[in-house]
Amino acid sequence: MRLDSPAGLKDFKESLLAAPQGQSIWVCGGPGCLAAGSQVVFEALQYEAFKRELGHKVAYRVELTGCLGLCERGPLVECSPQGFFYEKVSSNDAPEIIDKTLMKGILVERLVTNPQKPNKEHLPFYEPQNRLIMRRFGQSSPGNFDDYIRTGGYEALCLAFELGPIKTSKRVEDSGLRGRGGGGFPTGLKWQALREAKGSPRYILANGDEGDPGAFMNRSLMEGDPFSIIEGLTIGAFALGASQGYIYVRHEYPLSVLRLKNAIEEAEDRGLLGKDILGTGFDFHLLIVEGGGAFVCGESTALMASIEGREGIPRVKYVRSTEAGLWEKPTILQNVETWANIPLIVLNGPDWFKSIGAPQNPGTKVFSLVGEVRNTGLVELPLGTKVSTLVNQVGGGVHKGRKFKAIQSGGPSGGCLPESALSLPLDFDNLTKAGAMMGSGGLIIMDDLSCMVDVARYFTGFLVEESCGKCAPCREALPLFHKILMDLTTGKGQKGDTDFLESQAKTLSTTALCGLGQSAANPILSTIKYFRQEYLEHEEGYCRSGRCQDMYFPKIDSEACKACGACQKSCPTSAIEGKKKEPRLVLVSKCISCGSCLKSCPFCAISAQRRPNA
Amino acid sequence: MPDLHSLSEILLSRPNKPVELLALMQLIQAKYRYLPEEALRELASYLKLPLSRVFAVAGFYKALSLTPKGEKLVKVCCGTACHLKGARQIQGALEEKLKIKLGETGADGKLSLESVNCVGACALAPVVMIDETVFGKTTPKNIGELPLLT
Repeated sequence: MRLDSPAGLKDFKESLLAAPQGQSIWVCGGPGCLAAGSQVVFEALQYEAFKRELGHKVAYRVELTGCLGLCERGPLVECSPQGFFYEKVSSNDAPEIIDKTLMKGILVERLVTNPQKPNKEHLPFYEPQNRLIMRRFGQSSPGNFDDYIRTGGYEALCLAFELGPIKTSKRVEDSGLRGRGGGGFPTGLKWQALREAKGSPRYILANGDEGDPGAFMNRSLMEGDPFSIIEGLTIGAFALGASQGYIYVRHEYPLSVLRLKNAIEEAEDRGLLGKDILGTGFDFHLLIVEGGGAFVCGESTALMASIEGREGIPRVKYVRSTEAGLWEKPTILQNVETWANIPLIVLNGPDWFKSIGAPQNPGTKVFSLVGEVRNTGLVELPLGTKVSTLVNQVGGGVHKGRKFKAIQSGGPSGGCLPESALSLPLDFDNLTKAGAMMGSGGLIIMDDLSCMVDVARYFTGFLVEESCGKCAPCREALPLFHKILMDLTTGKGQKGDTDFLESQAKTLSTTALCGLGQSAANPILSTIKYFRQEYLEHEEGYCRSGRCQDMYFPKIDSEACKACGACQKSCPTSAIEGKKKEPRLVLVSKCISCGSCLKSCPFCAISAQRRPNA
Repeated sequence: MPDLHSLSEILLSRPNKPVELLALMQLIQAKYRYLPEEALRELASYLKLPLSRVFAVAGFYKALSLTPKGEKLVKVCCGTACHLKGARQIQGALEEKLKIKLGETGADGKLSLESVNCVGACALAPVVMIDETVFGKTTPKNIGELPLLT
């Protein structure tokens, strides 16, 4: 049914709210749970409900929904209206969930952490969170238009039509929102610049080219709530006088492309995209452009080149995109998460938005929390939350017996911060000041078995592959850095490598052409800044983390060893010996220092010792 | 020489504007699993673009290939979380098992082994992706049990 006026949309929402909702079972369809088999769980639940011919008896729903967050404990299932939060669900649990929860509204106790408090809000992982961008995950089926309207969708667009373009734009400009894709550029300045720019047509772009390894916030958003991005773009187009928009989606995310495509078609059918939106005479067309698998296309000018059908190579930004961007026309480009914030800000006003988060850093940010913490997953926190809250409460701390070493943020453009960073508030300015950056929100926690030189080598290797090759500093310096880091991590390091790397990396950051090139030195610079001692040890051929092969020797602490035999099982060369109930011993002749035993020991009794020649 | 009968159908599915270059290449890649030279020549004249530009774009993007890819794509995730949890060992074990190196396609054209920079399933690191299915918590030992590889 096509909606032809804001009043029609309001009536439609009321009719939806009047219909009984009944018991709903939401199966997490986020990337983590899908990989853990939530599709099978979902199908089993549907089949069990179907088998009992429930459709004739009660109103119920069994649906996939957006990412519920706690990937570590997936597949996850949330039941409404009670809010029961089931963890590690398998298809074998389906009959019991249907019989108890769906038919009677009773809890399946063995699937929750605490039967007294079976809702997810009571888990330490969720307590500090404020799920605004993720509010529909667990309440709606992605791409279901009716669900979107029922949960307040398109109210912001209707309000924007009432306010008119200038007042709408003012709300965003006054909110203090900063770009969620990386640098944290004030969104309001972009809006103002485009509003005042001359020339037409003008273009509205969304960046969904999430290329940082270890980051899946944008993917979860595009797959979990595609309409919120589309509504944000539509409001932007209305406020800034555009009629054509593009969403640039990463090639590796086929499901995001599909969900967005379906959502665009649905919005067009309902009269919320295309010609004469809601009968107001406003036209806005939206297209999806699928990327070609190039990291550099996340850079704004490269992304625009890619949309134009050329190689995604950045240009020098003498002229801002808001004056001459896509096809040399005024263009605004924002991350998909920034766009998803727009409906919230327009609807609730800038003062409401500023009341969340920290001064100069209002609102929430979605982070993907991965690496060596107990609870990995997708989290949404008010900006300014302490890093320690994130690591120790939300993440549950590092694994038992291990020590926190570093937090890496900002992907290949970011940096590694040491333990002292735990007291920092998590916001754009503090992270940049410390030598990392917010980036798109990927946070990787590392423990004492992670080698900082190896991490720098990893990111530099990534950047060598992804450098577009246009400007010499990035093209020539990165392979050189990579070679030195390769030497350092394979025992071929030389005295002075660290100082050389540091000085050359500084040159790269001041001479590269685009933002990605300038920040390409960050992984090296930040690790040298905070972990110089480790670099110097690598020059001498020693890796204290037990990560770099042949650069240490595993030593078992005979007092801490409980003789469990876990290391023996993990050793691929049978280099560990020991009788029952006696501490284990490593045989020098057989050990290849692969690091398996260090990781396997549940008592952390094995350490990486310096070799005699190092 | 690939059968290019369906090529015109692919080309005509999009307007003949230079903007469509990347999109059309992706359609050709999806159909033939690579970009045959003949198809690129056709594409260049259809879009009225110099062949040099078409090849430049074909060489730039990782998703496009000038040599045929296998029927199945096995991708080792080399994202940060997977790297920390031993993606290199997984890669080595897969290379040994499939008897091809990263970036290569088996002689029978059935499998290609590639790396991918994060598939967003970091909680299950290290992960391997076969076509569009993600397999998590892999170890050098258990990758032998992955379906489709046995």
